[in-house]
Amino acid sequence: MNVFYLVVQQTMFFAIPLVIVALGGMFTERGGVTNIALDGTMIMGGLSGIFFINTVQDTMSGTGLLLIACLISAVTGAVFSLLLAYSAINMKADQIIGGTALNIFAPAFAIYFARTIQENGVQQIQFRNTFRIDHVPVLGDIPLIGRMFFQNTYVTTLIGVLILVATVIIIYKTRFGLRLRSCGENPHAADSVGINVYKMRYAGVVISGILGGLGGLIFIIPTSTNFNASVAGYGFLALAVMIFGQWKPIRIAFAAVFFGFMKTIAAAYNAIPFLAALPITSDFYKMVPFIATLIVLAFSSKKSQAPAAVAQPYDKGGR
Amino acid sequence: MKTNKTGKILENEGLNSVVSSLFAIAIGLLFGYIVLLITDPSKATDGFITMIAGGFSGGGRGIGQVLYFATPLIMTGLSVGFAFKTGLFNIGASGQFIMGAVTAIYVGVHWTFLPGATHWIVALIMATLVGALWGFIPGLLKAYLNVHEVIATIMMNYIGMYLCNHIVKTTVYDASKNLSMNVAETAVLPKWGMDDIFYTHVGTFKDISTVNAGFIISVVVAIIIYIILNKTTFGYELKACGHNPNASKYAGINAKRNIVLSMTIAGALAGLGGGLVFLSGPTGRRINVVDELATEGFNGISVALLAVSNPIGIIFSALFIAYLTQGGTYLQTLDFMPEVIEIIIACIIYFSAFALIFKKLLPTISRKLRAKKEGTSMRVGSDSSVDVARPESVGDEPEQGHNDDGGVI
Repeated sequence: MNVFYLVVQQTMFFAIPLVIVALGGMFTERGGVTNIALDGTMIMGGLSGIFFINTVQDTMSGTGLLLIACLISAVTGAVFSLLLAYSAINMKADQIIGGTALNIFAPAFAIYFARTIQENGVQQIQFRNTFRIDHVPVLGDIPLIGRMFFQNTYVTTLIGVLILVATVIIIYKTRFGLRLRSCGENPHAADSVGINVYKMRYAGVVISGILGGLGGLIFIIPTSTNFNASVAGYGFLALAVMIFGQWKPIRIAFAAVFFGFMKTIAAAYNAIPFLAALPITSDFYKMVPFIATLIVLAFSSKKSQAPAAVAQPYDKGGR
Repeated sequence: MKTNKTGKILENEGLNSVVSSLFAIAIGLLFGYIVLLITDPSKATDGFITMIAGGFSGGGRGIGQVLYFATPLIMTGLSVGFAFKTGLFNIGASGQFIMGAVTAIYVGVHWTFLPGATHWIVALIMATLVGALWGFIPGLLKAYLNVHEVIATIMMNYIGMYLCNHIVKTTVYDASKNLSMNVAETAVLPKWGMDDIFYTHVGTFKDISTVNAGFIISVVVAIIIYIILNKTTFGYELKACGHNPNASKYAGINAKRNIVLSMTIAGALAGLGGGLVFLSGPTGRRINVVDELATEGFNGISVALLAVSNPIGIIFSALFIAYLTQGGTYLQTLDFMPEVIEIIIACIIYFSAFALIFKKLLPTISRKLRAKKEGTSMRVGSDSSVDVARPESVGDEPEQGHNDDGGVI
């Protein structure tokens, strides 16, 4: 039974950042811009957040510090995503190329920054994990569910759930959501009824930057003790989760839990007796999430419900 | 008449590609200089000069090393560029490259029953085949199951990286160094005279560069790819699919088959690159068992972009990136981190995406200027001149549209 709780808790650690980043990807694609730079955005968010924690951890600690770090990561992600927005929206450059450039930039910058600023050119940025909540009062005492979700958890789980709820409301129940979606489906029609397509697309990209940066920090905190200029391809997994979730928030959440589970198997197979006994090396387990992604995409891409105008630069004068 | 001539030059597509690439490179280098300035203003200028002069400061051996490091970049650049021509973005050169590399090393270490030169030839062929397989799978997924090739190749990158680590660890592992083993002597690529050109004298000792037949092979492959793309029906069909999938379908071209073929060839090129660089004897590179994607694949993207996917141009842009990377390694003597080179490369890619716009803009501006000039100078004589100028620019329009379609996805 302990193994079961461990798997559930681990799955949450992996699924929450996936949900957040995949929802970010959904916002930007719904607006008509592909943000393939989500991986880089996560790295930049992780870098700024962890560096902040590293700097002030002698004077602050606990959930309060984590919340401030989250804010810093989100702002970093937003600023970083402006680079993509500028190239994709203003310059009408190819969005995949722009995103690739940012994906190359982020890890190189993270290593350069860490090695320059830390003594002896150390690449990893260490942090003390003072954020784990052993037992949420009251809720943690609920049988079964309490142990699954309210013990050995982080405030970030709550943030993830709140973002999911907010996304559903924003996308489906607000004027902004409707307008954003229209810019991803038919920007010329949207323009003709007075919606500023450029502005809406900027909004989509910046939201993805906020969520990407936040997701980067939230991924690092429970799964590592240092930041090593990488989020293990998580930004790309998030894009796959978004496609698997067919650009719909609730489906994305389920997809993220599925991938979180896959990732848990890859990361914690040692603690699962029946898997640890199998004669399979760790490298094979690490492949599992990526192979699963390919298989799932092979089955779910045929009837893709991608926004119609995604990845196409919007040109007012075009037809 | 003279303005006419300069105007025509500005409208030359090939030249514009070069100009826009140089523009991207200049901004990238400037950005790199700024990064160095922020890091340490007192040494920034020295650092920048070291970086720029880097490739040549190692003498004959240094130049040879630049050629050695350019070899994989030419191959991954060709891989990305070839897929670009078919309208596909092969971001998976990294996985294809490393799978080719590990295959070549495996064959090089274990298939010692192969006599003499057949050993390295078979190793290269196997590397090419496995690389091709790594491109074939996403091609198949794209053509028949509508999986976006960007996502599919990224997944293949990670699968390839972990699989490569697994194969190295279980079959060709040098545990003391956490590296792959040296390949057998017969599997090392021959020098083909490169050792007589690229060396530096250290006393009486000849310090020979690692560069070998691999560089020559990669250049030959680039020329072959150029011929395939520009002189054969097959190449024409591939490009047609890239320019306008619907029109090519209408013309009876099997688009699905071409997508699979294009990705397979792209994978084969990157895989061969992996073989070429890792079969280079004791001074050559060996696979480092870490969970990091091979950077050659991503640098291949910048190589292809800078050359606007022209196979001959790719040789030169690969040499440029290799030269810059070599300069970056010397930066460490000034306490700068070599990652600044990757920052510069990222910057170059970012701006080369703009530069494509710049490239489209340049002819339009020059044509407008020309039309204006002709208009004003000839208006004195007759009013019809404006009408003369106009049809010409209208006639040029389709070519612009054609450029538009040359966009990547």
